[in-house]
Amino acid sequence: MFAFIVSRVLQAIPVLLVVGLIAFAMFAFVGDPVTIMLGQDYTEAKRDALVAQLGLDQPFFVQYAKFMWNAAHGNFGISYRLARPVMDLIAERLPATLELAGVAASLALLIGVPMGVYTGLRRTAASARAFMIFSLVGVSLPTFLIGILLILVFSVLLRWLPSFGRGDVVNLGHWTTGFLTVSGLKALVLPAVTLCLFQLTLIMRLVRAEMLEVLRSDYVKFARARGLSRRAINFGHALRNTLVPVITIAGLQIGGIIAFSIVTETVFQWPGMGLLFVQSVRVADIPVMAAYLMLISVLFVLINLIVDLLYYAVDPRLRMSRPGAAR
Amino acid sequence: MSVLARVWDSDVAYSFRRSPVAMISAFVLLLLLVSALFSRWIAPFNPFDLASLNLMDSLKPPVFMPDGEAAHALGTDDQGRDVLSGIMYGMRISVIVGASAVLFAVIVGVTVGLVAGYAGGLVDAVLMRVTDVQLSFPAILIALLVDGVVSAVLPRDMHEALTIYVLIFAIGISFWPQFARTVRGSTLVERSKEYVMAARVIGLSPARIMVTHILPNVMGPVLVIGTLTLGLAILSEATLSFLGVGLPPTQPSVGTLIRIGNDFLFSGEWWITIFPGISLVLMVLSINLLGDWLRDALNPRLR
Repeated sequence: MFAFIVSRVLQAIPVLLVVGLIAFAMFAFVGDPVTIMLGQDYTEAKRDALVAQLGLDQPFFVQYAKFMWNAAHGNFGISYRLARPVMDLIAERLPATLELAGVAASLALLIGVPMGVYTGLRRTAASARAFMIFSLVGVSLPTFLIGILLILVFSVLLRWLPSFGRGDVVNLGHWTTGFLTVSGLKALVLPAVTLCLFQLTLIMRLVRAEMLEVLRSDYVKFARARGLSRRAINFGHALRNTLVPVITIAGLQIGGIIAFSIVTETVFQWPGMGLLFVQSVRVADIPVMAAYLMLISVLFVLINLIVDLLYYAVDPRLRMSRPGAAR
Repeated sequence: MSVLARVWDSDVAYSFRRSPVAMISAFVLLLLLVSALFSRWIAPFNPFDLASLNLMDSLKPPVFMPDGEAAHALGTDDQGRDVLSGIMYGMRISVIVGASAVLFAVIVGVTVGLVAGYAGGLVDAVLMRVTDVQLSFPAILIALLVDGVVSAVLPRDMHEALTIYVLIFAIGISFWPQFARTVRGSTLVERSKEYVMAARVIGLSPARIMVTHILPNVMGPVLVIGTLTLGLAILSEATLSFLGVGLPPTQPSVGTLIRIGNDFLFSGEWWITIFPGISLVLMVLSINLLGDWLRDALNPRLR
């Protein structure tokens, strides 16, 4: 187990170094900070002094190492667009994105798994078929179009829910939350539904397929032959075994939720990290882009590590078949 | 037997004739493709021709609504541009970008897969590790990052001319790992077969063996994944254009139209954004259904 974790962490390091190199290389290609900072009148000596002060006379890899060192300490420099430290900007917007992603992920799991079990158990029922058609729509509609349609129906036509922003938020020191006010909760509904719909249908289809597979297996037949109750078979034997792949996929889907939160946040002008990133990409605000790139890769490396560990913990066959082998 | 008759009698054609879903999707897709690719000649108006625009025609609703006009079946936008013609022209750009991106992904992915599968050893290990790492990131995120980085690196005055190529590159690069992985798997199987050994014995170069002998035998799955990826690539392009980092309003794709139309949603002019949205969904849905059918038709176990 320990060897497994160590090997995974070691494998993650080159990935992060390469991502850092890409992020660092972006700075090198865009503009020359020395010319901008010096203005029009300067002597050669002044120029050399500034270059030395900024550390730009040092070899490429020394500069790269410095960049990575600063990044590891949360220092990504100052945003070109907003003229504020990048880390402050991200820290301000992190709560909005995490609240949205958390609610969407919970909705997807809490609705998707029961719907998948239901459609798997009652394959021929009319309601199960209706769920399947609904899921086909969920998979085919692009996220931004779902958002636009929801805005059209619930904000423009029915005027029930707000179409943009977070509503009133409560400030809790380093964290702002929309959970504590009515307008904050109302503002959360449409973005969360938009973001969860794709993951929800994916989880539902996956659970259904796994249920159908497991219900055909010999040990479920044997459980039936033993005369166990339907309840014990369906939930004690079948559902437990379908959850192994569901945990894996659901874990990986957290990454998908983060990626598609960029789209959802743009549709609903949700003041989170995704919106910040899109606005930065539009004007080539390199420090913010570099910081986002690094943060997202750390996040994904962590998610993959946790999923691997979960898989390892849930499926005993992985432990049995390769004793001590780290992969 | 003529070529046509042989095609008509083949297993795939038989399965096509038996599947109403495949036939309807193919019909819808063909209709959309023809109206997109020949938009210059069959669209009722040219949205780029400023002389044909009339501000008196702006914000007309579609024909089935009280103020609608027969000349503008799906209504007009704020500049008096015909929505239907805009969709036809926009769809053309979407299809071109999507198809080129998939072609790019196929070329990169198939090359990597062939080399990794045929060479084996360290080359294989390194290439597949790169593939695995990229597969763990969502494709749309990769496309967005690549688009952002490349646009930042390019000089400002070249942006307008190069946007479409940057977009094709960004979307293509986000989809190659699926192809690489599939082709590597099939190549590993083919490599140990006798015809490859025979080719090696008569002294053909590895490149020649890969291209002329192995490649034709591993292209079946590539075709299926390619079809399904085309749907995803068109959606990616629409998403990027919707986010405002894809195609600019001077070269509007369907995604750009949806983004522009989105601003009019709150004042009640829903048709400017909803009709492009519907056409996008129709196109992607028909491609996906056709891809699903192709996967089943080419799978000998399901016959």
